[in-house]
Amino acid sequence: MPGRRAFLAGTAGLACALVLRPAAATPESMLAAIRALTGGVAPRTGRVRIEVPPLSENGNVVPLTVAVDSPMTPAEHVRAIHVFSEKNPDPRVLSVHLGPRSGRALLSTRIRLADTQTVIAVAELSDGSFWEQSASVVVTLAACLEELPS
Amino acid sequence: MKARAAALARLALATLLVTALPRAVSQAPGEPPAGKQSGYAWMARETRAIQDDALANPGMLSVLDGEALWARKAGTAGLACADCHGDARLSMKGVATRFPAFDARLGRPLNLEQRINACRTERQAAPALRYESRDLLALTAYVARQSHGLPIAPPADARLRPHVEAGRAEYLRRQGQLNLSCAQCHDGLADRKLVGNPITQGHPTGYPIYRLEWQAVGSLQRRLRNCMAGVRAEPHPYGAAEAVNLEAYLMWRARGMPLETPAVRP
Amino acid sequence: MSGRVLVTVPRTARRGEIIEIRTLAQHVMETGYRRNEVGRPIPRDIVRLFVCTYNGVEVFRAELHSAIAANPYLVFTTVATESGTLAFRWSGDNGYTATESVAISVT
Ligand code: HEC
Ligand code: HEC
Repeated sequence: MPGRRAFLAGTAGLACALVLRPAAATPESMLAAIRALTGGVAPRTGRVRIEVPPLSENGNVVPLTVAVDSPMTPAEHVRAIHVFSEKNPDPRVLSVHLGPRSGRALLSTRIRLADTQTVIAVAELSDGSFWEQSASVVVTLAACLEELPS
Repeated sequence: MKARAAALARLALATLLVTALPRAVSQAPGEPPAGKQSGYAWMARETRAIQDDALANPGMLSVLDGEALWARKAGTAGLACADCHGDARLSMKGVATRFPAFDARLGRPLNLEQRINACRTERQAAPALRYESRDLLALTAYVARQSHGLPIAPPADARLRPHVEAGRAEYLRRQGQLNLSCAQCHDGLADRKLVGNPITQGHPTGYPIYRLEWQAVGSLQRRLRNCMAGVRAEPHPYGAAEAVNLEAYLMWRARGMPLETPAVRP
Repeated sequence: MSGRVLVTVPRTARRGEIIEIRTLAQHVMETGYRRNEVGRPIPRDIVRLFVCTYNGVEVFRAELHSAIAANPYLVFTTVATESGTLAFRWSGDNGYTATESVAISVT
């Protein structure tokens, strides 16, 4: 792993750094983070759509779009969307808070993925229910900067 | 780890070189395979989308920084770039397509960064900006952005010619522990994959670029250093004559290709 | 480091129309999981919070973590309700803040 990265990226740059992996998230720690959010309830699968490239050129910048099926009315809307990753050091990626004034339950951003892994988006609805969807991304270059001069 | 990295890379390349040999020998030295193509052509759809959308391209933040610096007074002369050059959209249009250019007074070619620094030190009486500093990248990106879409047009200047030739020799020279030339990868192996990543024709069409790997904007010199370090060669110091010659050759090799600054690259 | 930001909002909209807002903020998003050349951990330096208000009322909020790419990019929507101001605020580690506001005319 360091080998091919060192070769492709070379040295250069004072920002050179190695990724510390003291406590890389595991599928279990991601599940724990999700349970902490839902109060122990397992989210139901569905209503959420995730768009990520199945193959990412560089884990430093992976475009992500999440959309949730919802009329976004005062009576029935998405309150929040939470995104988690399975193998990043911290399973939390971001949380966004929405409401009827959002018009649509839609979010696009760019995330980092330290490795080939699964990303999960959880939607928190105004009726208190949780819904989720997952997607897997193959990362050809893991997220971190240029290698240390070796 | 160093040895392992080199061994791994050598293995990957040995395979590549063997499979690519017939095509490599049929080419003129230092010329890309028929049909010049920017690195953009090899990028994933998502990466292209980031470059194409000025409101999503992080390189544009650097261009905006440059726009602000252009109008800001600096140095003991108390002058801004704009005080002498006016509206960059007019005065700097096409300028980046002609660099590196021969500087008669210094008797050597200057790349765009060095040309900007010459104005900093001589016209503004301000300290030169460091290579890869935020401000130098920003000014360079801003000046180069004014040539967006214009074809690279190296000056037909006889004084520049020997430097382009020296750059070509550098491009063809095998170097580093891996004993590889730039040409072996970017002419011979363009279109092949190196551990999953495409090798392109290595054109300098988009600099300064926003590189996803760097998570930042960087110069052509930084990119070239990465390639040299990749073959385990000692990179030239920033702004060294050899590095500027190489830049001049790459621009000549890419003549006619449109500038894409700020390009996005993986 | 000053925070340059780039925001796109339609200048005009019809009442009730759903408009798209795009934001890009200049920030390194240092994860806190990397080490420097001498092996010392590089402290975390990230944008933690982004808030968008519409005439003073919050319409969108995002909590960001280290897994958000450098130069955070966020695209979201809101309903054009009335003419006024959309204000944006980013804040994070080491006292980082950046603000921007855009006028919108709703007919
Ligand atoms: C006091 C006036 C003055 C100031 C201030 C100044 N320049 Fe210049 N600049 C010149 C002149 C005169 C030339 C052309 C002659 C020469 O120096 O060789 C030039 C040339 C250039 C060129 C090359 C243009 C070409 O067509 O080849 C660039 C690029 C440039 N300046 C950028 C800048 C930038 C960026 C700044 C601000 C950081 C700046 N200049 C500040 C006077 C100025
Ligand atoms: C072992 C193969 C290899 C060698 C040798 C090599 N490079 Fe590269 N180079 C790459 C790869 C891989 C990339 C990144 C993908 C791409 O653009 O090809 C790259 C990128 C580049 C780019 C950026 C292209 C763009 O679109 O922005 C330039 C310019 C470049 N190389 C020039 C050189 C020069 C000059 C040399 C010799 C000093 C050299 N390379 C040696 C493999 C190599």
